[in-house]
Amino acid sequence: MLEAILLTVATAATPLLLAAIGELVVERSGVLNLGVEGMMLIGAVTGFGVALSTGSPWLGALAAIIAGSAFSLLFGFLTLTLVTNQVATGLALTLLGIGLSGQIGEAFVGMPGVRMGAISIPGLSSLPYVGKLFFGQDPLFYVSIALTAATAWFLFRTRAGLTLRAVGDSHGSAHALGIKVIGIRYLAVMFGGGCAGLAGAYLSLAYTPQWVENMTAGRGWIALALVVFASWRPWRVLAGAYLFGAITILQLHIQAISLNELGFLPAPLFWIAELVKSVPSQFLSSLPYLATVVVLVLISRNRRLTMMNTPASLGRPFVPDR
Amino acid sequence: MRIELVKRPRHSVLFSALSPFVALGLTILAGAIMFALLGKNPVVGLYSYFIEPLTETWSLHELAIKAAPLILIATGLCVCYLSNNWNIGAEGQFITGAILGSLLPVIFPGFTGPLVLPIMILLAMIGGAAYAGIPAVLKMRFGTNEILTSLMLVYVAQLFNDWLVRGPWRNPEGFSFPGTVTFHADALLPEILPASGRANIGIVFALVAAIVVWFILARTLKGFEVRVLGQSPRAGRFAGFSPRSMTLFAFLVSGALAGLAGITEVSGAVQALNEKLSVGYGFTAIIVAFLGRLNPLGVIVAGFVLALTYLGGEAAQISLQISDKTARVFQGMLLFFVLASDTLIHYRVRIVRGAGEANRA
Repeated sequence: MLEAILLTVATAATPLLLAAIGELVVERSGVLNLGVEGMMLIGAVTGFGVALSTGSPWLGALAAIIAGSAFSLLFGFLTLTLVTNQVATGLALTLLGIGLSGQIGEAFVGMPGVRMGAISIPGLSSLPYVGKLFFGQDPLFYVSIALTAATAWFLFRTRAGLTLRAVGDSHGSAHALGIKVIGIRYLAVMFGGGCAGLAGAYLSLAYTPQWVENMTAGRGWIALALVVFASWRPWRVLAGAYLFGAITILQLHIQAISLNELGFLPAPLFWIAELVKSVPSQFLSSLPYLATVVVLVLISRNRRLTMMNTPASLGRPFVPDR
Repeated sequence: MRIELVKRPRHSVLFSALSPFVALGLTILAGAIMFALLGKNPVVGLYSYFIEPLTETWSLHELAIKAAPLILIATGLCVCYLSNNWNIGAEGQFITGAILGSLLPVIFPGFTGPLVLPIMILLAMIGGAAYAGIPAVLKMRFGTNEILTSLMLVYVAQLFNDWLVRGPWRNPEGFSFPGTVTFHADALLPEILPASGRANIGIVFALVAAIVVWFILARTLKGFEVRVLGQSPRAGRFAGFSPRSMTLFAFLVSGALAGLAGITEVSGAVQALNEKLSVGYGFTAIIVAFLGRLNPLGVIVAGFVLALTYLGGEAAQISLQISDKTARVFQGMLLFFVLASDTLIHYRVRIVRGAGEANRA
């Protein structure tokens, strides 16, 4: 039972992790892209459609990355080339993503999808307790962990990562040093788009293999909050994603379990269970959103810490002087 | 070949006025391409979207019903966005306003008379303002990012409304459909021209609110404060203005107007509180605010334009058998083009061929 819960926590955390890692790189380069939700939806619908027509969830995931990346270019062109307001443009990307994915996905509503199956390594996967957890997940789970490690290494251990952070912290100085600020930001935005696209595809291919309009249900926004929560550090994003995955799964399990199954609990615990079960399901469903608010408040209370970690040029427009 | 921006010495008055029209033109062009891609006749498509709803009296009434909440919410958002407070949770404030406003006819259906409606409206505005106050206070007190908190509260409000209309507030005679009792006559907004259609007084509220807020923004010290703090919080502080109390002011005003929009929708168009209350007016209003160039008078026009896309979506569904989801695509494209056109106000766009580096003086 516990093992099953941990497994599902990973499936709830993976899309958050993928999207948040992408956004972390974007924000480290000094760009605030609020379009994560929209890019995820575009990824979800593209991934679903391509997997359905080719029969291959892998091609679906690949197409989702490309679609998310291409969609993010719209945001990139407006904010980087035309220096529009990043907050407003990000919102526009989300609104357009909701609309476009709804329109494209209309044909897919109610269709059974193609599931990206879990991998299984003979021997290791059947180990007690940890086998399934570490060796029998769906492939994108491993991708998300590897991506976190690679991003941490890239940002803090390579010269290119240093350059990207320099652009995010002081675009003026970076420009004076001859760094191509806008070019680097374009690349970062496209990386973020690709990650969000993949996160969306995870939802429509692995989490629940189907297309439902607006199926991301705010996960893109939670991913944005995770980046702040993690003070722009990759491994903390991972921790945050699993915390939120756990909250999501916990409330789902509370909604699903029946009191009869808990008959074995000693009386005081059973009373607590009865009490929790009497809470309406809508209240339990709103827990992840409320938790996001609480976490954001807790993290922002420590203002010095936040100020120190926020990329200094985040959200500021940049026009090279000529 | 690449695109270079050259800052104008002063912002262009010509493009300030022209940019919304450039954006509309580009949207219509992109819409025509979209219809062609869908295999439909673009002329028929655009006609059913933008002209057909204007040709009949009943649909003009529907236009007013849809424009009212959009104008109300977007007017409040102007105050927020001009003062650099990013309230994107108007949808949640719309819902809480609707809920609190419905309290009277649902819980005390026996209480009738001319006082009912004013109390409902007051409660709705308090509900919306209080809900908007949460992200405002969190921003003031802890510096919490208001974009994320205000948005998260939308989901919470939607779920709360869902619980209310399925649980404690469900109409016992409603055949277990979610939704409250239909409001009694004293709790309904009066219709303005009952002879020709069902448009209600909500549109009058919207016009009055937009004009009042326009006056405050354009002609009073408070309006000056809004704009100074939005453009330069530092300069504002030297002038003795407080960014913190501005945050509260902007959120309370926009929350109250969103709450008013909520009760307009519930006691005007729907006449009961149900689970389908949230259709995204709070998000579409963001587009309205930008299309109106954050000016409440512009918002009035923009509100009607966006309301037209809702009706056009329904019309095109019937005449062309295309999904009404295209309306959302139109709305999203419109905001993109609006933002892109606004660049022309502050910059000249230059297309540089070949080595642009040579231009460096």
